[in-house]
Amino acid sequence: MGKIVRKTNSSTGGPVFVDVDVDENKIVRITPMDLTDDDAESWVVEARGKTFSPPRKTTYTAFTAGFKAMVHSKRRLLYPLRRIGFDVNGDRNELKRGEPAAGGDPNYPGYERISWDEALDTVANEMMRIKREFGPGAIVAEPSSHHMWGNVGYRHSALFRFMNFAGITYADHNPDSWEGWHWGAVHSWGFTGGLGNPEQWDLFEDTMKNSTMIVFWSSDPETNNGLYTAYESTIRRQWMKELGIKMVFIDPYFNHSAVLYADKWFSPKIGTDAALAAAIAHTWVSEGLYDKEYVAERVFGFEEFKAYLLGETDGEPKTSEWGEKETGIPAHDIRALAREWAKNKTQLAAGGLGGWGGACRGPTGMEWARMMIALAALQGLGKPGINMYSTTQGAPTDYDFYFPGYAEGGISGDPDNSAAGIELAARMFDGINSNPSASNLNVSGGQFIPRMRIPETFLEGKLKWRGKGFVGASIEQQFREYKYPADGYSKIQMLYKYGGPHIGTMGDGSRYARQYRTKNLPIAVFQAIWFEGETPFGDIILPACTNFERWDISEFGNCAGYIPGSFSQANHRLISLQMKCVEPMGESKADYEIFRLLSQRLGIEGPYAEGKSDLDWVKQMFYATDLPKIITWEKFFEKGYVVVPYNKDRVRTPAFRWFAEGREMDTPRPGQFRPGDTVQHKGLQTQSGKIELLAQSLLRFEESIGEKDETRPPLTQYIRPWTGHHYEDTVKYPLSVLSPHPRFSFHTMGDGKDAFMNDIKDHRVRVDGHDYWIIRLNTQDAKARGIKENDLVKAFNDRGEVILAAQITERVPPGTVHCYESSAEYQPLGKPGASPDRGGCINILSGKQFIGKHTSGMATEHFRIEIEKWEGGRN
Amino acid sequence: MAQERYLVIDVALCHDCNNCFIACKDEHVMNQWLPYTEEQPRHGHRWMNIQRKERGQYPRIDCSFLPMPCQHCTNAPCAKNFPDSIQKRGDGVVLIDPAKAKGKKEIVDSCPYGAIYWNEDLQLPQKCTLCAHLLDDGWETPRCVHSCPTGAMRFYTLEKAEFEKIIASEKLEAYRDKGGWNPHVFYKNLYRYEKSFIAGGILKGGECAEGAQVSLKGVAPEQTTNYFGDFKFDSLSPGEYTIVVNGKDAKTVKIDESLNVGSIEI
Repeated sequence: MGKIVRKTNSSTGGPVFVDVDVDENKIVRITPMDLTDDDAESWVVEARGKTFSPPRKTTYTAFTAGFKAMVHSKRRLLYPLRRIGFDVNGDRNELKRGEPAAGGDPNYPGYERISWDEALDTVANEMMRIKREFGPGAIVAEPSSHHMWGNVGYRHSALFRFMNFAGITYADHNPDSWEGWHWGAVHSWGFTGGLGNPEQWDLFEDTMKNSTMIVFWSSDPETNNGLYTAYESTIRRQWMKELGIKMVFIDPYFNHSAVLYADKWFSPKIGTDAALAAAIAHTWVSEGLYDKEYVAERVFGFEEFKAYLLGETDGEPKTSEWGEKETGIPAHDIRALAREWAKNKTQLAAGGLGGWGGACRGPTGMEWARMMIALAALQGLGKPGINMYSTTQGAPTDYDFYFPGYAEGGISGDPDNSAAGIELAARMFDGINSNPSASNLNVSGGQFIPRMRIPETFLEGKLKWRGKGFVGASIEQQFREYKYPADGYSKIQMLYKYGGPHIGTMGDGSRYARQYRTKNLPIAVFQAIWFEGETPFGDIILPACTNFERWDISEFGNCAGYIPGSFSQANHRLISLQMKCVEPMGESKADYEIFRLLSQRLGIEGPYAEGKSDLDWVKQMFYATDLPKIITWEKFFEKGYVVVPYNKDRVRTPAFRWFAEGREMDTPRPGQFRPGDTVQHKGLQTQSGKIELLAQSLLRFEESIGEKDETRPPLTQYIRPWTGHHYEDTVKYPLSVLSPHPRFSFHTMGDGKDAFMNDIKDHRVRVDGHDYWIIRLNTQDAKARGIKENDLVKAFNDRGEVILAAQITERVPPGTVHCYESSAEYQPLGKPGASPDRGGCINILSGKQFIGKHTSGMATEHFRIEIEKWEGGRN
Repeated sequence: MAQERYLVIDVALCHDCNNCFIACKDEHVMNQWLPYTEEQPRHGHRWMNIQRKERGQYPRIDCSFLPMPCQHCTNAPCAKNFPDSIQKRGDGVVLIDPAKAKGKKEIVDSCPYGAIYWNEDLQLPQKCTLCAHLLDDGWETPRCVHSCPTGAMRFYTLEKAEFEKIIASEKLEAYRDKGGWNPHVFYKNLYRYEKSFIAGGILKGGECAEGAQVSLKGVAPEQTTNYFGDFKFDSLSPGEYTIVVNGKDAKTVKIDESLNVGSIEI
């Protein structure tokens, strides 16, 4: 062991201290941060005669605790590679992608090592050739979600700046954790600035002081950590429990939050959550258990909704008995839940972050999200203790202190494709010595590709769809129709894949293997850290490094952008310098540096880099924030982090209180609607300014396109899910899958990579030397198929086959199985894209169908399969 | 009296986040802490072995986890059988000497808890050291405790008499101490792992019956059902039990494991 030095860094799972062996360029350990007396004091909340203050320490997740094994991993890409058979000047052998040719590098089968110069020259020359031969818009960058943490290195930052100056178009991300809120909930209440998710300001204190019950509905904060904030809110839920607040969980899976807190658990049949909600609302309406005055003043379309509940419009009253038939939950339990809910001051934790996640990602996600809003509205959303609150955000830290999240664009300053225009761009760039970038392509009139349809771009060549990924400027923005190729543009000639795999995260995942095996894609460039997922389909591979090997800056849990106030999940606002802890492994380089070297060759290094290193940009960002008010750059650089002081005097403004009381919105600025969104700055973004159970935006849309949209009707209601128990062939595929975001990786970060997480019993199971992804099935379903704990099984449907390890459990009811999405490994046993995968990409079996006919959102949380025992892998 | 090291694990507060398991690997994989221990292999060892226990049947279930490191027994069978290779420190920490234990695979089998693992590459038996190298360097807790986000793990450095007060006040137990081994690891709410429950719901006229009085005849005192009409009797051993509702025998069940009796109509 050499000399050990303590540094700081951060990740999707929390800020950390990093002890580094500087002599051996090796990370020794990664720990949470203990705060000292030198750090600012913590907040204090008084409720019901007790005083609460958070631990003087940060929390982290397992995939952050084990990051060392991902930095120092045999799966790292250590030098640039070229696929054997790919000759940029001759035969490119496109159809052989994904089938490793013999005789390559033993660490990277099918590839040979090349120099950085050769790799960069090949990529840059191809970019220039394509622009000359095909005009603009024929190169597409496809970044993964959550490549590496940090405001400078994030995709909205360095990648966007490079893309904008190089003239590269962008594979638009669909909001894969918001879907039902984005495409559904915005029509009920707006909040486009949160893609349909509600504000959460100051709701922690409101809950502690006023609430007596919380219904967690498709909400598992102990698994998804809100977002990025590890177990910061765990202590707060423990306090709520200590205060005697009742906690009921509704989730097909007895989730990890339920393990700690559930007084009662309900598992509705897959996709029937909105039916359960309708039956609860029916009980309220028929027994008079709702806030009539509030509904009269603040809700639009209640009479139509009531008529629907009572069956006046479709002859089907949504009674609790009806609810039992749809959801499988006993009618008496539905009534008991409804009555207790109405009797208490109840917080509805719909999703994990105030909206977000869970059921919203399924085929009926829009109806679920809209129905959650209906329930909250019927009980007086915004009154003390009554709200839509997921217990994750809303800690009473200083909401006024400005430090940006990564979605604010970092060094790109891109006002169209990031939230830079709100504040950061104006603070960061003086327009003289430093300038923001803007896109010539990812703007109205440019060429777009939705991430969910990249395979069809190459395989079919012609597409039409509505809605562009993350759009929050208005409710109507998502109605816009797009096509590929856009008028006047060529078809895509280069795919520039950036970051982690998609094959394990997107619907009908095999498509993301097949998309490479076509001559319609002349070159696939990968900028990646690990040899995993679809990396072995690339022609040229550029090895990037992790954020532990370069400089960056960030705040705990702060992404901002479409999650305003995301920092309020953390118990302390903690901003860290992400130090370059170790030198990049092998010949790998920082993403920023790779783009700089390409910029050199493309003649755009000047505007791209402005002569700066990544550390120079970190310093520029420091001065663009409120940090200089509380610490000098020199002290920050030395100490590595700072805690923002707690502002005792800040006036508390609980979310929606202004709305419930008919006042002008008083919650912090990032949650505000734009002045033009409302009338006289009053009410919500909807046409009526009220919560619209009958959405006028959808009425207008139907009128404008001249047809009814039965997949997203204007009136809030339950639609029978195409993947639920009404499925067309429940004999062939009798099992319904619940496939949520995973617990032990962040998207694919943390999984595979020869990392420690593969040893976690509830993550993968080692059988004959291979780590299999886990599928969880009920004792009875397992027995009927002769399946025992840790048996290898084949899960299949018409889309493919995936080999998995079985976990037998009572945490799902018979007929429901649970299997997280986001495997980083893709290991086809035969032809890529058309053979069983034993990497664990369960989403290969999920659909590519959009969440609604006129949306481009994915709906991969639920699908139908059958399972049988698999003997193929036994030695 | 000398101070000793004690690890307390609350089974009711563990939700299997695996921070302890990964922090242990972070500390010991790729790091050599001699003379305390050699490197842990990258895969395969579970110095903190988290075991899962589900009780009951859908939908009345609970799920508990029992993280099990070396129990650092006062009368450790491993140390008794291999006194040359295994050291029992004055503070209660049990350490396998990596030099002296080399090649002795039989040490693995000497542990009644299965907490010793064989390192094939180094030909060494290995296990949890309670991060003794850190404790001796001034750390207040081992890495597992430091990383625990729910408070399920606590660490004490106390004189034995002081710690015994905590054992008594918090009703801590050793895990299956069948041989009088006297571990330095103690569990709270161990019934969640070791005992069974009987749970169900009372219905009256087709509605959940809140406020019904339910008891287990001769075993457990009356409970009042909640708004779902639910009751739950816990910490039970296998046997026959009669459920009494509002003073009347309602149902008799024989259990080996936890049981959801379903709805009882009154």
